Amino acid sequence: MASIGVEHLTKRYPNGTVALDDVNLEIADNEFVAIVGPSGCGKSTLLRIMAGLDAATEGRVVVEGAVSKKPELPSATVFQEASLFPWMRVDENVAFAFDSLGVPRDEIARRVRDVLGLVGLGGYERAWPHELSGGMKQRAAVARAFVTDPPVLYMDEPFGALDEQTRVGLANELMRLWERSPKTVVFVTHGIEEAVTLADRVVVLSARPGSVKEIVPIAFPRPRDAVALRGDPAFGVHVVRLWELLR
Amino acid sequence: MTARRWVQIAAPISLLALWQIAVSTRLLNPGLFPPPTAIFENFIAYARSGELAVNAYWTLSRLLVGLLIGGIPGTLLGLAMGMNGWVRAYFGPVIALLYPIPKIAILPLFYFLFGTGEAAKWAAIAVGVFFLMAINTEAGVRQIETIYLDVARAYRIRPGSFFFRVLLPGALPNIYAGVKLSIGIGIVLAVAAEYQLTRVGLGFAIFNAQQILDVERLYAALVAVSLLGFGLSAILDLLEARVMPWRAHRTDERSVSGNQAAKV
Repeated sequence: MASIGVEHLTKRYPNGTVALDDVNLEIADNEFVAIVGPSGCGKSTLLRIMAGLDAATEGRVVVEGAVSKKPELPSATVFQEASLFPWMRVDENVAFAFDSLGVPRDEIARRVRDVLGLVGLGGYERAWPHELSGGMKQRAAVARAFVTDPPVLYMDEPFGALDEQTRVGLANELMRLWERSPKTVVFVTHGIEEAVTLADRVVVLSARPGSVKEIVPIAFPRPRDAVALRGDPAFGVHVVRLWELLR
Repeated sequence: MTARRWVQIAAPISLLALWQIAVSTRLLNPGLFPPPTAIFENFIAYARSGELAVNAYWTLSRLLVGLLIGGIPGTLLGLAMGMNGWVRAYFGPVIALLYPIPKIAILPLFYFLFGTGEAAKWAAIAVGVFFLMAINTEAGVRQIETIYLDVARAYRIRPGSFFFRVLLPGALPNIYAGVKLSIGIGIVLAVAAEYQLTRVGLGFAIFNAQQILDVERLYAALVAVSLLGFGLSAILDLLEARVMPWRAHRTDERSVSGNQAAKV
């Protein structure tokens, strides 16, 4: 349970560059929002500020949610680059998300096993990250984000470095996971089709300095299938619309 | 065995053979360069008498004590410098200034500070090792990719876990390289410190052989020093895959040459 309010967010660098200029955004509880924009528009910066990894110059991010009794992280983040610790095995990497939560050891082990099974990495628990393909590494990173079941998930071009087939497959898996354990998702991407496939709403940022140019609702019913969706005439309409907004 | 392994074995043997030929043809003066066969015989006699074991034991134990009392604080300072810009600003220039000072030259200072017993020898080794470990560890922390620090923050990793499970393993390849270098420097310092104020140790054996002009024993003791260093780094090489199992594939597939030498 968490809704997010981005209020008058501005990011200025000491050298005078304005990365974000008065960004305002309301994200509802359990909503899946994708953020797209021309490269260099500050969409990753916006996500990093929302995730608490960077500070805003002005404005704020307010996350409101019911106070949960179970120990949980306020949010989890999936990064674009390989972010698994090379010195931990796959299951240790995923279990590391529990570090600050004080969850009993056997419960951690059970949940790690379950989530790795869900992302198709059953049998790879004891593998080292360098033994996995790019797609498998990102599956493990997604597993690490979901394993503690946080109310908010920030994803910074998580599938950006992968080939198209792997991306579509992972988009489907992400939607299955999200349907099983709903959460508020903010998904930054440069993939227009990926945004239309996944999101309830697509936020289009303007070129630098980034500000909200338009918000496009995507009303496809769920559960969605990333492949079947591409045959829907409305899919193409959305994609063309977004391309035009990005021009 | 691979072809490269044969080259590794052939290298010292071929050099020794060249030496032997140079001496027997009087290209080299046997008074100053005894033939390897004579050195070998002397080495065997040195070992049989039990003196070698005693001397090697003393040098090795001085080395290990010096490595520990210099290496642990050096590693901790390196970690602190790598993590914190203020610590780095304070100690960085001091270390850069003190590191090049030859520890042998200030040995009398250590005798003055720590007395004429073992402590001064440990201190000389420890100081040399301290700087090496601080410099290498700092570099190790600073080369940890930012993404891992982001992950640690994003997942609210506790300070203790951050230290032991992110910082330390992240810097471990450089720390390990530092230990290897420290063993080399430590042996040099241990042997040099044994020239004075002791009657045991490989350094004393070298010094003593010089005094009584026993050239073959001099070389036999040098061989012992060389084998000690070689043995210790061979042990570290063997342990490397166990200490850093996630890097085991690297040493298998890549040749040690470019990659690791560049880091050192």
